[in-house]
Amino acid sequence: MNQLQAALRYLNDPLNWSRTNGIVDLLVQHLRISVVAVAVAVAIGIPVGALLGHTGRGGAFTVALSNVSRAVPTLALLTVFAVTPIGFGPTATTIALALFALPPVLTNTYVGFRGVDRDVVEASRAMGMRERQVLLRAELPLAVPLVMTGVRTAAVQVVATATLAALVAGGGLGRIITLGFRQQDYGAVLAGALLVALLAVATEILLALVSWAVTPGPRRLPFGRVRTRRVGAGAVAAAP
Amino acid sequence: MAFLSGAAVLSASSGAVLAADAAPNPWFDPSYVTSNWGTILAYLGEHVRLTVAAVVLGALIALPLALLARRSRWLAGPVLGLSTLVYTIPSLAMFAFVAPITGLSATTVLIGLVLYSLVVLVRNFLAGLQSVPADVQEAARGMGYGPVRMFWQVELPLALPSFMAGIRVATVSTVALVTVGVIVGHGGLGQLITGGFNANFYRAEIVTGAVGCVLLALAADLLLAGAERALTPWTRRARA
Repeated sequence: MNQLQAALRYLNDPLNWSRTNGIVDLLVQHLRISVVAVAVAVAIGIPVGALLGHTGRGGAFTVALSNVSRAVPTLALLTVFAVTPIGFGPTATTIALALFALPPVLTNTYVGFRGVDRDVVEASRAMGMRERQVLLRAELPLAVPLVMTGVRTAAVQVVATATLAALVAGGGLGRIITLGFRQQDYGAVLAGALLVALLAVATEILLALVSWAVTPGPRRLPFGRVRTRRVGAGAVAAAP
Repeated sequence: MAFLSGAAVLSASSGAVLAADAAPNPWFDPSYVTSNWGTILAYLGEHVRLTVAAVVLGALIALPLALLARRSRWLAGPVLGLSTLVYTIPSLAMFAFVAPITGLSATTVLIGLVLYSLVVLVRNFLAGLQSVPADVQEAARGMGYGPVRMFWQVELPLALPSFMAGIRVATVSTVALVTVGVIVGHGGLGQLITGGFNANFYRAEIVTGAVGCVLLALAADLLLAGAERALTPWTRRARA
């Protein structure tokens, strides 16, 4: 693995980290774009999703939105915003990524609020809670796990997709990969790929921990969800 | 020069605008599509070939993996964990990981796409196989069905809706992902998107590529929905 050695050499060179448009610069750009995009998606998606889920309206709309959004290539979204009067740069990238992050947040929030046991809502109304209190104190805590799943999915997607901004002259860690391809420097390409992959995995783990921390009641790390289902299925199979 | 004078005539009719500014750059331009039909068709062909090959290969690899994961519980954990990890890796990084081995070829794109479709398919195949009721399996075994006949005649038909759901999701997201292949020059319709971007932000070309991708994804989804309907006639009969 000659290229792997070249990648390690690239990563081991302090100048590659500290110079202008080096790894640190690009990482900061990458994170800034990603954080703003996710924040915008959360600021719009959670209130709208909560209201739609609370009232039970717009279910077909959210499902259709999340289905159609899967068919739209992110590259297309990034490029189209770059050629509008906004021009290419961090703003266009951020808007495109925020639009891209919205469907998972919105859909999961909607499903989370819709899935709250109607008896609980009824009971809290009977206890004299106002609509606002029902929404914030009864439904929200119960919906938190799914809402956070939406945020986590969106954040990992955004961090991963911010890489593509480099294809349309944007910033971020994708620059290392595209530049490496242009210069036929596969060491740099591999180094960039490693950095981006690590960042995505780190985002996933970080947000899994955050969702564990903000979930009230008996909590479970999201990684465990698959495992519990498997244990359940195993138990059925093992029963005589 | 004829192009420049034409722009000048256009600007003269609409007031005092510089000739250079008046060069029209519409979002939609049917004449672009008709005069570049051959190029578009060639890219569309590559897009379709890559998508079909990725989903078919992904399904062929995913099925044994899902069967293995169902058979032994201690294999399901690593298989699902590994597939989650693969899905977290950004697409650009994935192509960058593969590129040093296979170079700037369509194979690079295909390997990346197969890995992604594999992830979606393994999960859905496993869920489908686990959704087969244990009673039905027991009954089939009691009637003397061997493992092969059991799979083809009992489990496959029952798991088919889940299988097809996975194939549809994998196909739609693969169509969108092919565009990232532009990094190695084999991005199907994505070539039009970046091509237009590099050709001084030629909007008609960008929009043609983007709209083409979305239409292709929707067409593939409809086709698969039709296939699912044709393959599972009993679900309709039961509902009627």
